[in-house]
Amino acid sequence: MDHDALNRLQWRCTRRALLELDLILGKFLVEDFPKLNDAQAEVFAVLADMEDHDLWPMVNGTEVCEDAQQAEIIAMLRKSEVRRPQ
Amino acid sequence: MSIPVRKFDAVIVGAGGAGLRAAIQLSEAGLKTAVLSKVFPTRSHTVAAQGGVSASLGNSEQDHWHWHMYDTVKGSDWLGDQDAIEFMCKKAPEVVVELEHFGMPFDRTDEGKIYQRPFGGHMSNFGEKPVRRACAAADRTGHAMLHALYQRNVRANTQFFVEWMALDLIRDEDGQVLGVIALEMETGEVVAFHAKSTIFATGGAGRIFYSSTNAFINTGDGLGMAARAGIQLEDMEFWQFHPTGVAGAGVLITEGVRGEGGILRNSAGERFMERYAPNAKDLASRDVVSRAMVTEINEGRGCGPNKDFVLLDITHLDPATIMKRLPGIREISIQFAGIDPIKAPIPVVPTCHYQMGGIPTNYKGQVVNEAGEHVTGFYAAGECACASVHGANRLGTNSLLDLLVFGKSSGDSVIEDMASMPKEHKPLPAGFADKTLARLSRLENQTNGTSVNDTRLAMQRTMQNHCGVFRFKDKLEEGVQKILEIEQQVAKTEIKDKSKVWNTARVEALELDNLIEVAKATMICANARKESRGAHVRDDAPDTPEMPNGRNDAEWHKHTMWSRDGNKLSYKPVNMKPLTVETVALKTRSY
Repeated sequence: MDHDALNRLQWRCTRRALLELDLILGKFLVEDFPKLNDAQAEVFAVLADMEDHDLWPMVNGTEVCEDAQQAEIIAMLRKSEVRRPQ
Repeated sequence: MSIPVRKFDAVIVGAGGAGLRAAIQLSEAGLKTAVLSKVFPTRSHTVAAQGGVSASLGNSEQDHWHWHMYDTVKGSDWLGDQDAIEFMCKKAPEVVVELEHFGMPFDRTDEGKIYQRPFGGHMSNFGEKPVRRACAAADRTGHAMLHALYQRNVRANTQFFVEWMALDLIRDEDGQVLGVIALEMETGEVVAFHAKSTIFATGGAGRIFYSSTNAFINTGDGLGMAARAGIQLEDMEFWQFHPTGVAGAGVLITEGVRGEGGILRNSAGERFMERYAPNAKDLASRDVVSRAMVTEINEGRGCGPNKDFVLLDITHLDPATIMKRLPGIREISIQFAGIDPIKAPIPVVPTCHYQMGGIPTNYKGQVVNEAGEHVTGFYAAGECACASVHGANRLGTNSLLDLLVFGKSSGDSVIEDMASMPKEHKPLPAGFADKTLARLSRLENQTNGTSVNDTRLAMQRTMQNHCGVFRFKDKLEEGVQKILEIEQQVAKTEIKDKSKVWNTARVEALELDNLIEVAKATMICANARKESRGAHVRDDAPDTPEMPNGRNDAEWHKHTMWSRDGNKLSYKPVNMKPLTVETVALKTRSY
């Protein structure tokens, strides 16, 4: 992914409606996104474009993701622990 | 150097609830309207509002806007302006029903009316007993509201400029506002939006604090722009905190957890709320719980290596109950604290939630200057504005009401004021973009500068430690010095990425320019106000028989006005004259 596309994705991951997703997607983008293959990266970009109230229940585990490819990325997001030092 | 200029009748900055509601008024009146937003409108932070919107519809039981007004004045600890509060509460049924007609999927009663539920601080018959006044769409009220408003704007042909960041107001030598200068992130282009009227609806600035429930987008852009343009900011010392944000992350743990039996404990494992509120204990009001938590931490009974949080314990609950009633909270704790609350308690701290102060306006949404006169061409609504309806503390569900009422009234005022304006745009002054371009150029060429992230973090920690939910004289005085030092670092931020297109590092540095203005205003106003009132609680202004709750009406029943130039403070009286009814006279606020 080139500079412009990556920065646009970064903006869309870290300027969300919900703080929860700012934290999770922002961290994932830095730590896990570089390890994804092209197909997975595309799926992540689709998820990042979702409305917060559609995406958050899946990341929070209160709703199940029906799409197998998306479910794989959601599972990775759910493993992500987000903590900042006090 | 010149920049491209685009002309509109009106430009609105911000596409959350207030901006979208204002835009409907303007577009439906046939005005050529531009709405600028850093994000797609339905990604605005209004989405996070869950509780509902209050209106005395009386669908479930008898209710009256006058009772709602009384509750709001009391909630504000008598710092709210009573003309604006009457206006808001009286208009509430109208704007809620309008929203219903826009397609808002409110919860319904069996008869098909809008369902209403009780909410803290909302009472019937002037404080007698709780009343059902909150209208909601499940726990997605803000989300549903934004969608209804956005769709209505699409119908009205509002022109959206998405992923644009407004940088500065344009004012001429008469002080009239003539639009904004904005940056398109996708191209890096800087453009002037020349408008006869400008409405700010940029939301809050909760990111000035280290622990905040606010999304990253809430960087106080409107307040920063207004302050740089010589507009005062009002009552910036008043911030509402929520007692239980996950330590470190800020993510909210709902009060429902304590409702299910959650217990707050200190490092000794003690249920400390028994000492502070023997009856209500962990279910005492937000203010009481937050102050108790900070007292425990300040007296060395906090938890963790730095003793800087307390614990919310639900390990005594049946795991099946937790899984059934609090599944989302369990996940939040695992994701943001690394702790399964079935096995161990959740680390929590009082967390910044809502900004009561802001850009001073009257109840028509017109921004006002030191003399109380309308700054021609300038309007503000929603969390960035201070009408002032929330005063020293906000009642739950009044935030969504604020943005509907004042979004609409600011739009109506634009239409009314423009009728007496010349048809042609007033010319832009020479060099109108010079200061903005100089700011961008400084950032571009800065060497040996400071890191944006480190400087923002220093600001956030300083605000949290020196100006949090419970305030101390020495800490505030020290905090003023610290924040002024950090301001010097903000003036030297350096970015490594010099690219033009999608340069998010540049945008983050520009956001920090806005945050620091809000942080300065907050710290300086809080240091100056030597009483406790509403959400501003000082250790040296305790509850005494002479001054219940530490409130000192004789000296401090007034609005604080901060000017960026020299960090000067002035004060203006609270408007105690409602529009049509009698004054709600001063008395002690107790629930």
